[in-house]
Amino acid sequence: MKAFRSLVKPYLFWMAVFIVIPMLLIVLYAFTQQGNDVMTFTFTIDNFVKFFDPIFLKVLGKSLQIAFVTTLVSIILGYPVAYFVANTKEKTQTLLILLITIPMWINMLVRTYSWISILSDNGFLNAILKAMGLSPVSLMYTDFAVSLGMVYNFMPFMILSIYTVLAKMDKALIAASYDLGANRLQTFLRIVLPLSVPGIIAGITLVFLPAVSTFVIPKFLGGGNYMLIGNLIENQFITVGEWNFGSAISLIMAMVIMGSMLLTRRLDRNVEESDKGVNNGNGGVMYGRH
Amino acid sequence: MVGTKPAKWLPFFLIGSTLLFFYLPILIMIVFSFNGSRSLTNWAGFSTQWYTQLFNSRDMMAAVMTTVSIALISTLVSTFVGTITAIGLSKSNKVIKETVLMISNLPILNPEIVTAIGLMLLFSAFAIRRGFATMLLAHIAFSIPYVILTILPKLRTLDPNIAEAAMDLGATPWQALVKVIVPQITPGIVAGALIAFTMSFDDFVISYFVTGNGVKNISILVYTMSKRINPTINALSTILVVIITIALVLVNVLPMLRKKERIAIE
Repeated sequence: MKAFRSLVKPYLFWMAVFIVIPMLLIVLYAFTQQGNDVMTFTFTIDNFVKFFDPIFLKVLGKSLQIAFVTTLVSIILGYPVAYFVANTKEKTQTLLILLITIPMWINMLVRTYSWISILSDNGFLNAILKAMGLSPVSLMYTDFAVSLGMVYNFMPFMILSIYTVLAKMDKALIAASYDLGANRLQTFLRIVLPLSVPGIIAGITLVFLPAVSTFVIPKFLGGGNYMLIGNLIENQFITVGEWNFGSAISLIMAMVIMGSMLLTRRLDRNVEESDKGVNNGNGGVMYGRH
Repeated sequence: MVGTKPAKWLPFFLIGSTLLFFYLPILIMIVFSFNGSRSLTNWAGFSTQWYTQLFNSRDMMAAVMTTVSIALISTLVSTFVGTITAIGLSKSNKVIKETVLMISNLPILNPEIVTAIGLMLLFSAFAIRRGFATMLLAHIAFSIPYVILTILPKLRTLDPNIAEAAMDLGATPWQALVKVIVPQITPGIVAGALIAFTMSFDDFVISYFVTGNGVKNISILVYTMSKRINPTINALSTILVVIITIALVLVNVLPMLRKKERIAIE
């Protein structure tokens, strides 16, 4: 079988060029001064110091806050949906999962843009409110609109990863729980919910990560002046041209995200063991797009 | 089939309203693609003018061409590289396998914008002019890890003795690969190719950072148009929605029908 081992070799070279070097370049840019020639670097931590300005820290805080709200809402709304879908007949399950998946295949920018037609002052929602005799509301360019856009885009990931775990759950455990005299609520709280924690954790990763770093949703639904950490990075690279500061912000963001993930994983001590099951399911890989 | 049976209307209501939430923007997008005026909020009668304009717009058609050609080429390349890498990994020892997967999975675990600026810095460091070629290379790069992750589980279930037997019977390693291993993992390869295609087709963040020279895919066009967006985007999206829905329904319904046929024959 040794003959096949060398098949990995081309990809080793590819990974070095397209994964390892880009990562090193981000670190290099983050720790060097702007405007140097290619081969003369001046190392500095100014880019990081610069970030610890209240203006930028506020942007980071706001990003984390909106991502947290989005994740929480996705769990609260998504869990019951996943639960009820997993409780339907097998054929209905396939159909419902297909229906939940289809929108995810449609260009995210276009779907997000459609929300402007719904939320704007003379949009669909206000037309309905007017027809019902209620006073119109101004929703565009608010935190609410941005969070709504994020929940809309990322909640399917939460539903699918919780559903994957619930659908695979051993039904005998539930039957046993009833046989031993537990009622519905007890069975749910003591059997179903704890066993579905790995699905929730996988869902948190799939929702929180893109929610922290997206810059499209805040730009479309929050307006041109709405600033989250993703917009800040985009501005540094596209508008301002300060690649070194932009790289430093990206590194800080990656660190913060990694920290939040580790914290999430600690929520449940059993996750480590049962985690593998989730990652092998389609929750982690197939729908891991954002 | 887990747990309890709560009141019947509750699941119906919850699933129904969630689906409404998911589909409302899409329905509105489709409706306004047939709007008589430019407005995305006020209805001014039925018209197909945006479809005519779409096919006459050079920018739009160029973006569609770019998106489709990049998606096709990157799917082809990333599926090929991903497949041979996955086969190689399945025969490698644990340390190599885990190290390669750890590095390969970095772009999946990292926020997209970080992968994007990494690639942007790479192209600029090597003074490669950004445009179609850089976008294509970036798409291949972010697709391969997903292809590998899709194919590896299929390889795990293979009996290694079969390929060995083929070689004992005189097949070259290449023949064993093409005639024995690949046919057994075809479903995994197809699934990997589908993921690679849709990832490339829908990508915005990475394309946005690595493109240049006026090369735009559909997503970049939508983003740069966003201030003065017009319903041709709705028209284009409606066509895409129809194509995607048909494809998904075929992929999901055909196997079911075939199964039924088989049962009927038996």
